[in-house]
Amino acid sequence: MATLTLALAAACALALALGSVRIPLADVWDILTGRAQDPSPYRTIVLDVRLPRVLLGAAVGAGLAVVGTALQALVRNPLADPFLLGVSSGASAAAVSVIVLGVGAGMATTVTLPAASFAGAFLALVVVYALARDPGGGFTTSRLILAGVAVSYVLAALTSLILVVSARADHLKEVLYWTLGGLGSARWDMLAVPLTVLALGTGLLIALARPLDLLLVGEEGATVLGLDTARFRAGVFVLASLVTGVLVAHSGAIGFVGLMVPHAARMLVGAAHRALLPVAALMGAVFLVVADLAARTVAAPQDIPVGVLTALTGGPFFLWLLRRGRAREEAAA
Amino acid sequence: MKPRTDLPRTEGLLRAEDLTYEIPSGRRLVDAVSLSVSAGETVGLVGPNGSGKTTLLRCVYGALRPTGGRVLLDGDDLADAGAKARARRIATVPQDGQAGFELTVRQIVAMGRSPHKRFWEADTAADEELVRGALERVGAADLVGRSFARLSGGERQRVLTARALVQEPAVLVLDEPTNHLDIRYQLEILGLVRGLGTANLLALHDLTLAAYYCDRLYVLDAGRVVASGPPKDVLTGELLAEVYGVAAEVAVHPATGAPTVTYLPGRIGAPLPGQIGEPGPQGAIRP
Repeated sequence: MATLTLALAAACALALALGSVRIPLADVWDILTGRAQDPSPYRTIVLDVRLPRVLLGAAVGAGLAVVGTALQALVRNPLADPFLLGVSSGASAAAVSVIVLGVGAGMATTVTLPAASFAGAFLALVVVYALARDPGGGFTTSRLILAGVAVSYVLAALTSLILVVSARADHLKEVLYWTLGGLGSARWDMLAVPLTVLALGTGLLIALARPLDLLLVGEEGATVLGLDTARFRAGVFVLASLVTGVLVAHSGAIGFVGLMVPHAARMLVGAAHRALLPVAALMGAVFLVVADLAARTVAAPQDIPVGVLTALTGGPFFLWLLRRGRAREEAAA
Repeated sequence: MKPRTDLPRTEGLLRAEDLTYEIPSGRRLVDAVSLSVSAGETVGLVGPNGSGKTTLLRCVYGALRPTGGRVLLDGDDLADAGAKARARRIATVPQDGQAGFELTVRQIVAMGRSPHKRFWEADTAADEELVRGALERVGAADLVGRSFARLSGGERQRVLTARALVQEPAVLVLDEPTNHLDIRYQLEILGLVRGLGTANLLALHDLTLAAYYCDRLYVLDAGRVVASGPPKDVLTGELLAEVYGVAAEVAVHPATGAPTVTYLPGRIGAPLPGQIGEPGPQGAIRP
């Protein structure tokens, strides 16, 4: 935990210092602690441009990792992830509808956008869950992924349809941003909602570590140990959709963070959630801050959407997990 | 084995009244079964495959909701109790005991404390002590740090039994608790369960073990109770022929004082080679 906290601090420092303009770390420190002589040339870059972006990146990374961990426990399958299960697509589709169709116009987008994303995420998750569930209550990998992919495609098609029908050029860039996922829109005035929701959601899920553990031993196992599985599952669904929805409203759909990070965290501290969730949150934050730094610097001054980078690393990782899972099944048979 | 008299007895602590479980096709897997188990009593459920033992037990420990009748615990209908309240009083070893993720044996056993905890409460030193003690009682103390997913079937069975013990239940419902176990552990687990003072309801395959460790037996056939009572009254050659379709001799063993069952293969249906009482192919070479 201490190591991870240090790693997060280091990642944030680097992310503040590097970019199209390189700022010495000493200057970054002076600016953050308020010791820089007043009209410091770097002040605006560090405080108003990079810091909100780093904070949003850390929040989104931590949130996706925590939600991924919880969803994996919920469906008892290590291949679950908010992106793969169509939750992120649901949130994106709803967010795009709000932008393009102007639903709830006049109200502050800091409220309507996250609210719509939450609703979209929740609906998508409920549909995927209903489609993927076996009669016996289990979730096989193939059904889960097929259902997730199918729902994602339908929602992506819906998003495209809305876009084509509206046919306004200024929407196109904004919407492309949602489909790819990026942190470029981070500003101070929009950070309050995602940071609050992240803190509440993560805190609640850590408090729910015990029942989340119970889910790992199966439906019947959890029931005889006193868990009302139907009610608990519904509660975690709402929570997972809320966190995903709010984060996606600000960052677009960033894939595979919720798949890779929980897996790595489990290798470090095991599958029990009291230790796993905080570690996953920290690792997710570090991962996305570093990934976003790479996205800003690799092709500078071009700003690659960070979702492209996470997909580039996450896709192969997913295939590796899938292969390993198959090898295990064969070994067990 | 004599009934224990040193334990406080609550008559009919666990009772099933006309318990019925009907599947959508209309077939009754459990058909109007009534039974009772007192505190300190070990009651066995025997019967052929498909006779409804597992379904009956699942209705009792709450994995299935009965379609008819009631399960009463100390007079209270279990249908009215929440999952947590039920888990504080009834413990079991569920059949789908696999974990998709790697948890240690300690973590699996500690889950047995969950019904006694608020969901955010952490385990205390006293809980740790219970876990350690329970693992010792099932002879699995050395497994405590191992990954549950990598245990053998018999080791898992013992670990899950330890989890049921740390639940500190009033009623223990076990479906084939000796499954996967070596004979030594079969005897140890059954002896342990019997000595707990809980009301025990066990489904058992092995009739001789059932006769030795149970105070009373219920014989199930096609979802109905066809006989019940002390093992020596219930386990008769006629009953085994009727329910299981096998010929068997039941005799009271001089050392244990409990009925033992000796199967006589081939006496019902076509005779088999090497049948008891006739010289088999190997008979000729014996001195």
